[in-house]
Amino acid sequence: MCLAIPGQIQYIDDDELRTGLVSFGGISQEVCLALVPEAKVGDFVIVHVGFAISRVNEEAARETLKLWETTQHSPHSREEPSSS
Amino acid sequence: MKYVDEYRDARLVRTLARAIRETVQHPWTIMEICGGQTHAIVRFGLDRLLPPEISLIHGPGCPVCVTPISAIDAAIRLASLPHVTLCSFGDMLRVPGSADDLLGVKARGGDIRTMYSPLEALKLAQTMPSREIVVFAVGFETTAPAHAMLVLEAQRAGLTNLSLIVAHVRVPPAIKAILASPENRVQGFLAAGHVCTVMGYEEYEELVRTFRVPIVVTGFEPVDILEGVLMLVRQLEAGEASVHNQYARSVDRAGNRKAQHLVDTVFELGPQHWRGIGELPSSGLRLKPRFAHFDALQRFAASLHPSAATVHEKSECYSGLVLQGRLKPHECPSFAARCTPDHPLGAPMVSSEGACAAYYRYRPPTSSAARP
Ligand code: SF4
Repeated sequence: MCLAIPGQIQYIDDDELRTGLVSFGGISQEVCLALVPEAKVGDFVIVHVGFAISRVNEEAARETLKLWETTQHSPHSREEPSSS
Repeated sequence: MKYVDEYRDARLVRTLARAIRETVQHPWTIMEICGGQTHAIVRFGLDRLLPPEISLIHGPGCPVCVTPISAIDAAIRLASLPHVTLCSFGDMLRVPGSADDLLGVKARGGDIRTMYSPLEALKLAQTMPSREIVVFAVGFETTAPAHAMLVLEAQRAGLTNLSLIVAHVRVPPAIKAILASPENRVQGFLAAGHVCTVMGYEEYEELVRTFRVPIVVTGFEPVDILEGVLMLVRQLEAGEASVHNQYARSVDRAGNRKAQHLVDTVFELGPQHWRGIGELPSSGLRLKPRFAHFDALQRFAASLHPSAATVHEKSECYSGLVLQGRLKPHECPSFAARCTPDHPLGAPMVSSEGACAAYYRYRPPTSSAARP
């Protein structure tokens, strides 16, 4: 039940709970978006028990991956800074 | 799925495992707090990619597992009442109470609904005004905002037939209890990313200062977990102790202020009993006095009397040791013998985030005997 997964906002209703439709790899689910007022259609959000609890920061996401993708091509990888 | 698949990339996983091997020089014991991370570690065999110097031990971060038996018994008692509809997350249904489980009540005709979102209970209360809707509100800080929202919305709608059994738990007091124990072996923590998504990590900075143990806020996919381990090992080898954030794509230091505000509006801190572990101060949430009319235990006090004070854990279940990382699931004498997911003796064999269930599913006894 603790599971929280990323999905993409497809539609936002203007009701009290800021209900929206979020797609998880093709399966759509109704989600309360009231806790992520900054999130827009097209954004990715982390959803837990029907509530979006954060907007995924694309830049930070790309950074982690880029760091390790470049590391694997570099023989001198040990001193790479961490992504924090 | 975006933000999932790329963090399971086998080449990146291998690169990270190599970076860890190249960094480590001393033996270190690291605990992952969250059951979701335990599940990923066992499922993807991440512990087997690590050098022998690093031992990962599994922490108490499974809300289903630590919900006290008295709360389960109360839910069972209320769900048995003819005018009550109990709403619960699915994995609570098979958790053993002292004599029964919720699934047994359902089989005997109890009206128990599994919910995906707590807001479903709001709709039920509106459409079934003659029934009492009771919500079994368990979970960590990640789930608390949803239950707070439910209470506020029920209040706004003027609903009088909805109440909650609140058995919420908070992570930092559990970390503190582990570190303060004289038997503690943990030298670094992977903190649960989604709890921090809501709460941020300011509270962990104080723990780090007090106990001089590094904490890395970590996500849930293989790349996340290995990067979290690497960030811990770097600190441990350098003799440093800080809070670092591996899961920056979802967590910032302050957390989700709006969610925190909701929780603070509805709940206050209180002591909480953790199943298998005991009572921890300020580790739970309870309804503030002005929302006390939503407290199911108060509303149904007469039906819950005499109180279920004499509850007994099954003595052959070692979940307390498992939840504190002092015993690996397969070291429990009942594991896979008298205790299986079909006949669980304890909660960690039930929940999808329970360590015993993860070992049973991904490390059946023959392979776990080969290498723990
Ligand atoms: S294997 Fe079963 S009996 Fe043993 S600790 Fe886990 S849940 Fe309890």
